[in-house]
Amino acid sequence: MMEHTRTGVFHLSIIGLLAGLYFVLPEYHSGVLARVMVLAVYAMGYNLLFGYTGLLSLGHSLFFAAGMYGLGLAMQHLGFNPLMGISTAILVALIVSAVIGFLALRTTGVAFMIVTLMFAQAGYLTILWMGEYTRGDEGFVIPQSKRVLAGVDLSNADNRYFAALILFAVALLIVGWIVCSGFGKTLVAIRENEERARMLGYNVQRHKWFAVIVSGVLSGAAGAAYALLFGYVGATFATVQYSIFPLLYVLLGGAGTTIGPLIGTVFMYYLIDFTSGLTNAYLLVVGVALILLTLFAPHGLAGAIRKRILPWLP
Amino acid sequence: MEFGPHFFLASLEGAVNAAVLALMAVGLSIVFGIMRVVNVAHGEFFMLGAVIAWWISSLIGIHPAVGFVTALIAAPLMVGAIAATADYFILRRIDYDPERTIVATIGLLYVLQQTTLMTFGPEARPVEAPFNKRIALPWFEKTAEGFSIYWPWGLSTTTYKLAVIAAAFVILVALWIFMTRSRVGLIMRATQLDSEMATAHGIPVDRVYALVFGLGAAIAAMAAVLVVPIQQAHYLMGHDPLLLSFIVVIIGGLGSIPGTIVAALLIGMSDGIISVFFSPTVAKILATLLVAFVLIFRPQGLFGKHAT
Repeated sequence: MMEHTRTGVFHLSIIGLLAGLYFVLPEYHSGVLARVMVLAVYAMGYNLLFGYTGLLSLGHSLFFAAGMYGLGLAMQHLGFNPLMGISTAILVALIVSAVIGFLALRTTGVAFMIVTLMFAQAGYLTILWMGEYTRGDEGFVIPQSKRVLAGVDLSNADNRYFAALILFAVALLIVGWIVCSGFGKTLVAIRENEERARMLGYNVQRHKWFAVIVSGVLSGAAGAAYALLFGYVGATFATVQYSIFPLLYVLLGGAGTTIGPLIGTVFMYYLIDFTSGLTNAYLLVVGVALILLTLFAPHGLAGAIRKRILPWLP
Repeated sequence: MEFGPHFFLASLEGAVNAAVLALMAVGLSIVFGIMRVVNVAHGEFFMLGAVIAWWISSLIGIHPAVGFVTALIAAPLMVGAIAATADYFILRRIDYDPERTIVATIGLLYVLQQTTLMTFGPEARPVEAPFNKRIALPWFEKTAEGFSIYWPWGLSTTTYKLAVIAAAFVILVALWIFMTRSRVGLIMRATQLDSEMATAHGIPVDRVYALVFGLGAAIAAMAAVLVVPIQQAHYLMGHDPLLLSFIVVIIGGLGSIPGTIVAALLIGMSDGIISVFFSPTVAKILATLLVAFVLIFRPQGLFGKHAT
């Protein structure tokens, strides 16, 4: 229980810090932070699978897009309200990740990476193909009048920040709880030594499957929130690039730490923001960062902190 | 045009596709077979080949053929050198760990692609073919007095396209002779079978890996030089060939070169034919799903006999 309490207190103080930052930061940066928190939820979902379970997926944009289009299409074509939209998004992400997980987990290692990549690519192409509804590459805008949840206008910057914070807080607490639970410990055991976990009598396949589903649902929730808060749904979010981003955030922040995804997303977002002001080839930074991280810092920032200073970091 | 001649034309286009794809995929397959790593940056080596071909042919303004032939020799060498350098500084240091290699080569993909965007620019640029003569092709027609030959409007190909098919064939045969008959090829195959044993016998495995990685990239670059007079050089042109050669290598059986070539012919031809008659997007969706399901249910590939 000690661990649960410490993790809980640590996470609540992070959430408190983010809430306080809103009153200190200039408008531009709080706007960025709202976006970063939503993307960090995506990265946290990714981290649960990559950092804790040791499964490297190259197809998470499929789950992000499942949430995004689940909400967007339901609101646009079926006239759903945001709450029903979010529920639809989560349901769609749940189904998609359950099916993909069931199929992809029959493979391991490199084959798993390629299978997830191929499914995500098929999903992206399907979005383009169904251009009549999805409007393909161009995407569509969710009108401001529809983005009102329980009387709160989410297109307003203040409301948006706190809506993003609530999502982030819920995700962080859930992930913190999972990581401390027996289920989370088993995932780490699978990551460290799959054979041994199996020998000890754990149902490895089912644990991995649940991990894919939780990871997919978190990614889908982030996708739905992104569409709702920023009002745009487009096929760009389903491309391979959006599968690479959470990997990059997690690698930079620290795989297998609860706070790593947030740290990585903040750093990478500002780095890309800064570079895109200098050149249109801003993805160069992404490439250089990926290479340098694999070469010199496989544990990321939070990983290094845990190793050197704070061994209890969740 | 009627169905018959239209189908014939589509198969010709498909054959050009297949020839280029076979080269691309064999490059990827050699790297996977010998080094056991997946090179995600393979498409960018293809793109670099095309861009360098444009650069060389615009430097040498004497006659398109001179620039083209120079590019056909120089571009693969330059791209191979870049790849071998990347191998030396990146892949060797992470000890060819399969998963970390994928992440690192994704990084390499962005670095090469974005550097090209910064220097070469976002435009698509053409390279003139060394020769390019249209050939009208005949078709048969059944009339009252038996078969007669006629020349349908639009049914034609160019000498250059036929030359691409021939060149790809020659390169593949040369590669096969190199791998099976030469001493370097023997060393490569020994490394593939057992790299530790190879080290014990004094084979410099590190250097073999750098050579293989360079060779794979050089073959991709060669494919690009061949295709650039038909397609134009563009900084994003590596994306589709990468995906297609992934598909080919997986369906043909990871690391099996004959399987790769058969699959390249199959996929290249059918991709060419399907895209003429149906929506290319549907063809791509089906192809990517096929790969996923092959990996899930038949990981040794459709033509492979043993699991790798």
